[in-house]
Amino acid sequence: MTDYLYEYLLRLGDDSLILAQRLCEWSGHAPTIEVDLTISNIALDLIGQASLFLRYAGAIEGQGRDENKLAYHRNSEQFRNCLLVEQPNGDFAQTMARQLLFSTYSLLLFEKLELSKDPHIAEIAAKAVKEVRYHADTAADWVIRLGDGTEESHERMQDGLDWFWRFVDELFEMDDVENVLLAQGIAVDRPALRAEFDQRIGFVLEKATLENKPVGWALRGGRTGMHSEHLSPLLAEMQVLPRTYPDAVW
Amino acid sequence: MDSSVTISRDVPTDVSDPIMAVLNSVPDPEIPAISVTELGIIRAIDRDEQGNPMVSITPTYTGCPATLLIERSVREALDEAGLSDVRLRTVLSPPWSTDMISDTGREKLRAYGIAPPPKGSANRSLRGEDLVECPQCGSTNSVEVSRFGSTPCKSLWRCKDCQEPFDRFKCH
Repeated sequence: MTDYLYEYLLRLGDDSLILAQRLCEWSGHAPTIEVDLTISNIALDLIGQASLFLRYAGAIEGQGRDENKLAYHRNSEQFRNCLLVEQPNGDFAQTMARQLLFSTYSLLLFEKLELSKDPHIAEIAAKAVKEVRYHADTAADWVIRLGDGTEESHERMQDGLDWFWRFVDELFEMDDVENVLLAQGIAVDRPALRAEFDQRIGFVLEKATLENKPVGWALRGGRTGMHSEHLSPLLAEMQVLPRTYPDAVW
Repeated sequence: MDSSVTISRDVPTDVSDPIMAVLNSVPDPEIPAISVTELGIIRAIDRDEQGNPMVSITPTYTGCPATLLIERSVREALDEAGLSDVRLRTVLSPPWSTDMISDTGREKLRAYGIAPPPKGSANRSLRGEDLVECPQCGSTNSVEVSRFGSTPCKSLWRCKDCQEPFDRFKCH
């Protein structure tokens, strides 16, 4: 039971942490300074959410690991994030496509997690939901602007979106861990969020003059540590300093 | 004093008053024009299990880098005032919202050049929002330049009358 809660908290924390690390790659490279600020600020919120979830995970595990230990001293097969967040950024349109999909999902999830019977999960979600709502709106603005923009921006936006659909089904799947926690009122019924998700995405895509074409097949495995080849290099960059100098402090 | 700090009845005023005086003197590190009490992040003064006075602080955003600095500044200010027995703790709920910024805080923000969030706007829809007043000239003929500004809590705007760019506190 404690193991299940620990596992669930890793999934929540790792999603935020890995996406934040990916987004940081845009720092200094974004199309404009305002976009640079936008992406870095979204990443910052996600790191804040990750540290709250991972700190709690460490406390539940009871082995004396804090959020930093969990972030910097696990290998890729020990990470529990979904495949969507670890994928390379692609171009700016592709990054915004992923942000729309992830933040819309995350918003629906946190709106329900606010009611979790685990009071600490509920209060983290209540805090995070406000941030994520802003992220979802920001991503929607860009998807609409690029989709309903020039011929090239439209094409790139559509390509970015088409690429990421294969990672969406995984966000709404349950397993034994989550079914047990759901029965206890702690976890969220993921499949029940799907209809609302499709509706919200559909609404944005219509305004963006983009086609909604979910793929018929899905890639999955992140929740059990079966990651794509992209996670290890990301972790190598994120973890190199604390692993090389384990006692380093600011 | 329009502070939103809840002071427990277990804490007599001869204890809470000096603590409040110290808290009122600690500026926000990123927006030094207002104090941490005016920002609304000091939530309560009560007592811990051992009976020591305890101050509850809440972060504005989960990842706000100023959070740690604020805790340290409050600690140092309390120590300097001889209030080392006062404990600090971080609380997440109820989550901070811009409605917790005091009226005095809002006025000081405006004077400092940051458009304050209208009171009661925290849960308002983020889209199709109200008019935003330029803190320099008071015109509402303004436009959002960037949804995120220099800190997590602000967005970037520009006044179309006086042409000045300005920061706006995001409704949150």
